[in-house]
Amino acid sequence: MEFFRIKNDIPFMRHALKFNIISLVTFLLAVFFLGYKGLHLSVEFTGGTLIEVKYEQAAELDKIRGALSKGGYSDFAVQNFGSSQDVLIRLPLKGEQNNAQLGEKVMQAISADAPGAKLQRVEFVGPQVGKELAENGALALLLVIIGIVIYLAFRFEWRFSVSAIIANLHDVIIILGFFAAFQWEFSLSVLAAVLAVLGYSVNESVVVFDRVRETFKKVRGMSTPQVLDHAITSTISRTIITHGSTQLMVLSMLVFGGETLYYFALALTIGICFGIYSSVLVAAPLVMWLGVSREQFVAPKKTAVEGANEDGAVV
Amino acid sequence: MNRYPLWKNLTVVIALVLGFIYTLPNFFGESPAVQVSSAKATLKVDDKTLSRTEQALKGATIEHAGIQLDSNGVKVRFQNTDTQLKAKDVLEKAFNPDPADPQYVVALNLLSASPNWLTSLRALPMYLGLDLRGGVHFLLQVDMKGALTKRLDSVGADLRSLMRDKNIRHAGISREGERLVIRFRESEVREKAKGVLADNQGDLAVTESGDGSDLKLTATLKPEAIKRLQEFALKQNIQTLHNRINELGVAEPVIQQQGADRIVVQLPGVQDTAKAKDILGRTATLEVRMVDETPGAIDAALAGNPPFGTELYTERGAQKLLVKKQVVLTGDRLTDAQSGFDNQTNEPAVHLTLDSAGARIFKDVTRENVGKRMAILLIEKGKGEVITAPVIRTEIGGGRVQISGKMTTTEANDVALLLRAGSLAAPMDIVEERTIGPSLGADNIKKGFQSTMWGFAAIAVFMIIYYQIFGVVSVLALAANLLFLIALLSLLQATLTLPGIAAIALTLGMAIDANVLINERVREELRIGMSPQMAITEGYERAFGTILDSNITTLIAGLALLIFGSGPVRGFAVVHCLGILTSIFSSVVVSRALVNLIYGGRKKLASLAIGQVWKPGIAAK
Repeated sequence: MEFFRIKNDIPFMRHALKFNIISLVTFLLAVFFLGYKGLHLSVEFTGGTLIEVKYEQAAELDKIRGALSKGGYSDFAVQNFGSSQDVLIRLPLKGEQNNAQLGEKVMQAISADAPGAKLQRVEFVGPQVGKELAENGALALLLVIIGIVIYLAFRFEWRFSVSAIIANLHDVIIILGFFAAFQWEFSLSVLAAVLAVLGYSVNESVVVFDRVRETFKKVRGMSTPQVLDHAITSTISRTIITHGSTQLMVLSMLVFGGETLYYFALALTIGICFGIYSSVLVAAPLVMWLGVSREQFVAPKKTAVEGANEDGAVV
Repeated sequence: MNRYPLWKNLTVVIALVLGFIYTLPNFFGESPAVQVSSAKATLKVDDKTLSRTEQALKGATIEHAGIQLDSNGVKVRFQNTDTQLKAKDVLEKAFNPDPADPQYVVALNLLSASPNWLTSLRALPMYLGLDLRGGVHFLLQVDMKGALTKRLDSVGADLRSLMRDKNIRHAGISREGERLVIRFRESEVREKAKGVLADNQGDLAVTESGDGSDLKLTATLKPEAIKRLQEFALKQNIQTLHNRINELGVAEPVIQQQGADRIVVQLPGVQDTAKAKDILGRTATLEVRMVDETPGAIDAALAGNPPFGTELYTERGAQKLLVKKQVVLTGDRLTDAQSGFDNQTNEPAVHLTLDSAGARIFKDVTRENVGKRMAILLIEKGKGEVITAPVIRTEIGGGRVQISGKMTTTEANDVALLLRAGSLAAPMDIVEERTIGPSLGADNIKKGFQSTMWGFAAIAVFMIIYYQIFGVVSVLALAANLLFLIALLSLLQATLTLPGIAAIALTLGMAIDANVLINERVREELRIGMSPQMAITEGYERAFGTILDSNITTLIAGLALLIFGSGPVRGFAVVHCLGILTSIFSSVVVSRALVNLIYGGRKKLASLAIGQVWKPGIAAK
């Protein structure tokens, strides 16, 4: 069985401009949502308290809400978590309520009006810790970017490293844009997924670039767009299969992993889809715009054999 | 010909065998156990404790499935949780006849049920994180600023008495933020004071300022003194936490320093989180007050109307005492408390050391109250308890106080411990808390395991259909990768968390990339007409560079997560990074060894079972 029976190189680069415009629009949309709606940050970043309870039968959210208001709490969020029996209660950081005893107090408040709740999980994050986590997250992102740029510049060429990082930051912004647009919860594990995607989708660009370099070295007489087309076409089969396999795993997490892994898997899914798109259709055109050419790869002292034709063949 | 030299094949075989051995313990599960460990620093758990445990169990006719002694204490395994619970009660009674004063910690535990030969190879199962086994996690922040100002206040008091002793006339000593300012009217006096400070207070850095009749000396703690102070504060707090957690009876508590001013406390398997927090969050303060011994006053108090300015307290041991509300001294003035013996009578005693301000107050109070009783109270969460109420025999100067009489050695130890706990070096706050119920933990394991299993199965089916024999090889290599990863995690005794399981799944999903790269490359070589054997060699060689590049970029992201991640992200990062390393080995070396085994020896190899290799009529450039 073979899925991809491609006779000629697909002229991706002919449509480069179109793709770049699509990218730009998606990117701007993502930035718009990030700016307009902002990320729905989890308790880990904002600080606050998260309480998960389980009922034997379907939980009555209204009663829980009533109990909490009666208990003097405000600005809380009560929602189902995975099933109708599981309930997640979120409380923001507040001067008075900002203490570690909150979990028990809330349980007492609830058990009066909506009895039968079993405490499953309590998370309390102080304001300082939340701030630090956000800072460390940003630092980690920065470190990944710098690390990858340096490595690719060293291993390939600065044009490749710049386009790879732009393409992949574009992925990251788009994932964040999705989380902002749909107000999905952005937690630490989603951040981990985003960073993993960054590493993973650079990996994708590397595979294409590797082929570009090889083609430049081996085949003469092809224009830069042709080389890029050839590189993409000859790796497209591997690209789809690899990402398909990874996606199978992620899909399995999405289905079986439960609520805790759901957003993690969701971030990965978006990341994988846009990872394919961006490394093929964003990074490659960028390399082209940045003016990559054969001379950058062929060692200058190896001059062409005398009398060789333009393919470099000699008899 | 595609053959690996013997050493390469051996490497693969040895790696697989080791991987198998170290993965094995994870499949045996855990058996219920009871652990007996010491609740006191002075009490050692040894062979005697072991035989005592055995006898206690024999006496109650409870059968156990193995008993062992290690650095953590005596551990006894049981067949089921019923006997485990029964045994815990029996042992609790045997080792702690007085529940109010526990000598040992008797805790429920889970022990790996893997056979002894595996354990002796140091093959232990992975350590499950709190989100998988249930328990409590706290992050406590030590208030270093509080510790610092407390210290400066007491240094300020020291300076006052120092100036008086040396007859230096100053115009006031005050603390301004994190500095101490001493004012003078004459510069000669200031010079003299400076000399005295240099001789007596080595921890202070002193600078001069001001002019005319408003002369100042500004003293700050030297950086090394601050560092020492912070280290001491942290150590003291960790010690206090240890003592408090012993009360909880937790089998494997984790109490660790994190960063410069934080302490992580993890209590796996603890169900009663309210109690845990209650005990950890205790802020104990120490107060010295005088006992009201007016005749009849105590009777009036017991009847329900204590005289004005007094309170009724219980001394350890249930005796009631009437104590004045006026506080003579607080725990801040106490710098140390140690148990020991009286020099003359050889009775057990507690030795207290007070700072200079405390010493002066103590001297005054004892001079005025010879023959009377003073009470030392430990105030915890608003409730006070009299630790000890000794009679003052003579005036005590110099800040060295000894409490003795009618005490056993253990009591002296306890009092010293309580006194030290009462003078916690710095206040602490819980800044992060995570509590996970045990059923949620079990649920998390199930979900994590299922997603990995189904994901793996889906990939395996696809790879085998698409690449046939090479697909089988790829799947075997992927399985080997899983084996290596779990073996490595077990060997390192890394803590497995739910994000860690997610990382395992993701790593497997990504690791297949390397094999897809190789397989596609081999197909490509076949397509341009290479012989099967050459195609294998070339395919593997050419794919390797790409595999290395792409894995290194992924590794960069993993390392950044490892450095900056905390909590759940860290667990993810550890597994992710290890997974990348194992995947390079398994997808390149192990899969090549398998391919060599299948095809390498055949001289006349006509075709490879790598799925259909489609050749276009006109070859693409």
